[in-house]
Amino acid sequence: MKKTNVIVTGKSYLAPGIISLWIKEEEMAKEAKPGQFLSIYCRDKSRLLPRPISICDVDPENGVLRVVFRIAGAGTEELSKAAIGDLLSVLGPLGNGYDLREGCALLIGGGIGIPPMLFLAKELSKELTKEQMTVVLGYRDQNLFLAKEFEAFAEVVIATDDGSVGIHGTVIDAVVSNEIFAEQVYACGPTPMLRGVKTFAEKAKIPAQISLEEHMACGIGACLACVCQSNEVDTHTNVKNKRICKDGPVFDSEEVILA
Amino acid sequence: MNMKVTIAGVELKNPVMTASGTFGSGAEYAQLTDLNKLGAVVTKGVANVPWPGNATPRIAETYGGMLNAIGLQNPGIDLFVKRDLPFLRQFDTKVIVNVCGHTTEEYLEVVERLAGEPADLLEINISCPNVKEGGIAFGQDPKAVEAITREVKRVAKQPIIMKLSPNVTDITVMAKAAEAGGADAISLINTLTGMKIDIHKRSFALANKTGGLSGPAIKPIAVRMVYQASHAVQIPVIGMGGIMTWEDACEFMLAGATAVSVGTANFVNPNAAVEIAEGLEQYAKELGISEIRELIGAVKE
Repeated sequence: MKKTNVIVTGKSYLAPGIISLWIKEEEMAKEAKPGQFLSIYCRDKSRLLPRPISICDVDPENGVLRVVFRIAGAGTEELSKAAIGDLLSVLGPLGNGYDLREGCALLIGGGIGIPPMLFLAKELSKELTKEQMTVVLGYRDQNLFLAKEFEAFAEVVIATDDGSVGIHGTVIDAVVSNEIFAEQVYACGPTPMLRGVKTFAEKAKIPAQISLEEHMACGIGACLACVCQSNEVDTHTNVKNKRICKDGPVFDSEEVILA
Repeated sequence: MNMKVTIAGVELKNPVMTASGTFGSGAEYAQLTDLNKLGAVVTKGVANVPWPGNATPRIAETYGGMLNAIGLQNPGIDLFVKRDLPFLRQFDTKVIVNVCGHTTEEYLEVVERLAGEPADLLEINISCPNVKEGGIAFGQDPKAVEAITREVKRVAKQPIIMKLSPNVTDITVMAKAAEAGGADAISLINTLTGMKIDIHKRSFALANKTGGLSGPAIKPIAVRMVYQASHAVQIPVIGMGGIMTWEDACEFMLAGATAVSVGTANFVNPNAAVEIAEGLEQYAKELGISEIRELIGAVKE
């Protein structure tokens, strides 16, 4: 983990408002684990806080990492304007990442929670065959992104809010209607989706790791801005909450309460 | 070039410290910056028992600043003394423990508990805007400021810094009240109470509705209050509020601060406080100043 300036080495637009950037930072590329994130700072001094963005892919041999993000406000709008050759100030890799476990894997990504699942699918594919991994991706509409890139590693099922592609409904609707077999669930997406994943997995008695998000300031566990409620007293905070940036963002679904 | 400053008999190697609440107890930041280069680390507020803090969202970015309503989440004095103080004592820096409470008794319990512990100074937080009881309730009434200061001083074994709120009509009244109660120093400003509304959702950006505004947006208010307070009392003033650069720190010292705290800037640059200390030293050398103390209150009237 370090803070440094990195150079943008690749850029593409995946869908309206969805940007993919490759950045060069050899140590970070070696160190990064699926589910970890980078804090990327804006240049505009009126925007003080870094934007936490999950790592979508790494290529350690070439010392590069990929982030894919949605333009959600002025900060990500500014980051979307970064061009190849530009420098970005980055802190990371941050957070714990997914614990890669044995067993047939079901990866569930919703919206801008999809990018980290690609890095995860790639890593899991070192142990699992394509038949042992299913990826369920939820989108708002037909503006898909990254879906094709998962096909090298897994069976891919699509769900859309408006029914324009794949199943008309939620990712859980897609899991249930396809009767997908899984021994491990890995998920990242908006809180309502994660609530659905938690309920589904706990009912089906399948261990699920879910990646949470919250507004962050420091990104390293000092400021206690981004906490989530936990069932047990946490050893660090000494109260029933956990720091998403440091103890997470990935948690076992059973250890956290999604309010 | 002598960078040392003294607060209530405690000598700091330089006048730059971290602001309470932005730096935890230093463990996380120690991976990104050198605590040995700081004048002091000021810990996040600690209470007699663990506090769970407020609901999320707890922070929101604003133009040139941020709002926070963490709600003084802390692990409680027992774990703090067992884990956090020993960690900080490994470093060659002074340790200032920030103390919070809902009631006078709770403050006193923490202060008494710290009596035998290796803390160099205690900072009493009577200015948190984000908790319903305690905090700012003590800091907006001069009689209450004086009373709590006196009570704390009665039991404290370490020198006491009273941390003042800017959410008052006249900061000099509060500064004088702290001095009258026997405070060894005062620190200011804590955050300014603010609010942000998301116009698309028509909801408050923070679960707590209001939060404390910090960052460069508040710096001119902080400089003004440090100037006023330092002219109203004889005890040392620790200045803070939006310090991002050594130039900002210099401004606070010229206004009358003996030392400065760096808060929100840590989130922008984890090495900010160290860079500010180094920048101040470089500046003083270039000016040919032999003692950094010469800057304190040296603004030309």
